[in-house]
Amino acid sequence: MSVTIDTVKRVAKLARIAVDDEDARRMTGELNTILGFVEQLNEVDVSGVEPMTSVMPMEMKKRQDSVTDGGKAGDIVANAPATEENFFLVPKVVE
Amino acid sequence: MKKRLHEEDCLMSELVRLTIGEARAKLRAREITSAELTDAYLSAIDAANPALNAFVAVTHDHARAMAKASDERLGKGGNGALEGIPLGIKDLFATQGFHTQAGSHILDGFKPRYESTVTANLWADGAVMLGKLNMDEFAMGSSNETSYYGPVVNPWRAKGDNKALVPGGSSGGSAAAVSAWLCAGATATDTGGSIRQPAAFTGTVGIKPTYGRCSRFGIAAFASSLDQAGPIARDVRDAAIMLKSMASVDPKDTTSVDRPVPDYEAALGGSVRGMKIGVPREYRMDGMPAEIETLWQQGIAWLKDAGAEIVEISLPHTKYALPAYYIVAPAEASSNLARYDGVRYGLRVPGRDIVDMYEKTRAAGFGREVKRRVMIGTYVLSAGYYDAYYVQAQKVRTLIKKDFEDVFAAGVEAILTPATPSAAFGIADEDMAADPVKMYLNDIFTVTVNMAGLPGIAVPAGLDGRGLPLGLQLIGRPFEEETLFRAAAIIEKAAGRFEPQKWW
Repeated sequence: MSVTIDTVKRVAKLARIAVDDEDARRMTGELNTILGFVEQLNEVDVSGVEPMTSVMPMEMKKRQDSVTDGGKAGDIVANAPATEENFFLVPKVVE
Repeated sequence: MKKRLHEEDCLMSELVRLTIGEARAKLRAREITSAELTDAYLSAIDAANPALNAFVAVTHDHARAMAKASDERLGKGGNGALEGIPLGIKDLFATQGFHTQAGSHILDGFKPRYESTVTANLWADGAVMLGKLNMDEFAMGSSNETSYYGPVVNPWRAKGDNKALVPGGSSGGSAAAVSAWLCAGATATDTGGSIRQPAAFTGTVGIKPTYGRCSRFGIAAFASSLDQAGPIARDVRDAAIMLKSMASVDPKDTTSVDRPVPDYEAALGGSVRGMKIGVPREYRMDGMPAEIETLWQQGIAWLKDAGAEIVEISLPHTKYALPAYYIVAPAEASSNLARYDGVRYGLRVPGRDIVDMYEKTRAAGFGREVKRRVMIGTYVLSAGYYDAYYVQAQKVRTLIKKDFEDVFAAGVEAILTPATPSAAFGIADEDMAADPVKMYLNDIFTVTVNMAGLPGIAVPAGLDGRGLPLGLQLIGRPFEEETLFRAAAIIEKAAGRFEPQKWW
């Protein structure tokens, strides 16, 4: 299976990465090289095989449903580019 | 005056040559102080980093303060496992208050308000932080050429050639720093080979432990089902000492497995008599250089001489590990890297609205390789392609793991393979640059181990025709890192130590 430049632009939109036409053209070639390489997986007979969900068999860990952290809004916003009163500031979200 | 300075230089350069094991003994015996040792390393880094670019941030004052505290503890008889030992930390680990950018522009200025569990373990054992080490951006790469901070130069050069070579990746800074005596040991991570391949390219020892052995809390995630932290060190003993400190059971990481950490150092010097060691026929690749085959045979001979039983085994799905990895890892990466959006940390490129800001920030902040992988990952997870690619790859992954399980069930305790298909290649190698898949093939022997969640160690075993280091890999059963250390120690004893000629 190979991708077209339109598919690449659509995927870039999904991945929220801006691509100009030149980028998109280059990426189409690169992505197709990689997809060509992974194509061989279709040779494998996977009938009756479960997809791997956990590489180490283990029971999911649970914890007590209690508050053990928090009260450190200052730490949370410390590295943000734009904040005000412990809110993250962003450009308006257009509907 | 001149003579004294020269003497001081000699002493300093001797200090940095001490392994962790040797330095530990001298520190405990109060023959040397951590302050002297740390200063020696800081001087070495300042002199070498312009040429090698192994460190992206050097924490001089903090290192000296930590060394002072270690010396106080040592004076009172303190014997922390790594008390006073200066280490380098890969830029992927969150070190509270200090540069943590995963080798990327998108985490510009990020200084975490929390510490990774692995590094917290090291500091609790008394280690000293020298600084943060260069790496491929978000751990994606096999040559340390995708870093925002520029490539790392391998301290090794081919005989009679001054061409700059790659140290491997993604933990290129870690491997180069250890090999060039810029730190006693380094932390690193491995998702597809990023500890073992650079260790092999630099003549150092690197171990990726079993998935779940080291906590991933505070390590910037690349592929959550594959990532593991581990040490790169100058010899097998040092790697064992470091892994014991790094590993722990961590409630903050739900994939951390509930098993106590053994004393890995105690496994060294143990016999391998009767140990069944598998040699997989599928790792003999078409077009593999003869030198690699020769090295492999040499490793087999050494282990046989030590009493191990060598058995030919088959891991039939070997060739599918790399393509399956290049679906699973990018898919997981596309999810993990969605958080880098210019809102809560790092780079922000302004936009006319929020989506525009996301798109511009990520376009400017991510390098080419990262973008490639996020795109592939997004594609294979998108509607209409999820079953054909991602589910298929996860099914193949089950089969890859089963190959190993079958072989271990038949009594094999460790598997011996080459670590890499070649020695270190040149920076900006044109072939590699032209074809992304060619770079990916560097991980062909290592990727299977991450896909199966198993432990794997790379140990230096010889030099190629141009005098560059080559390594052998041992793959073990889940949580049997002791077996790997024991067998690797046999190879190390037979092969000897490999050190670069100082040109920097």
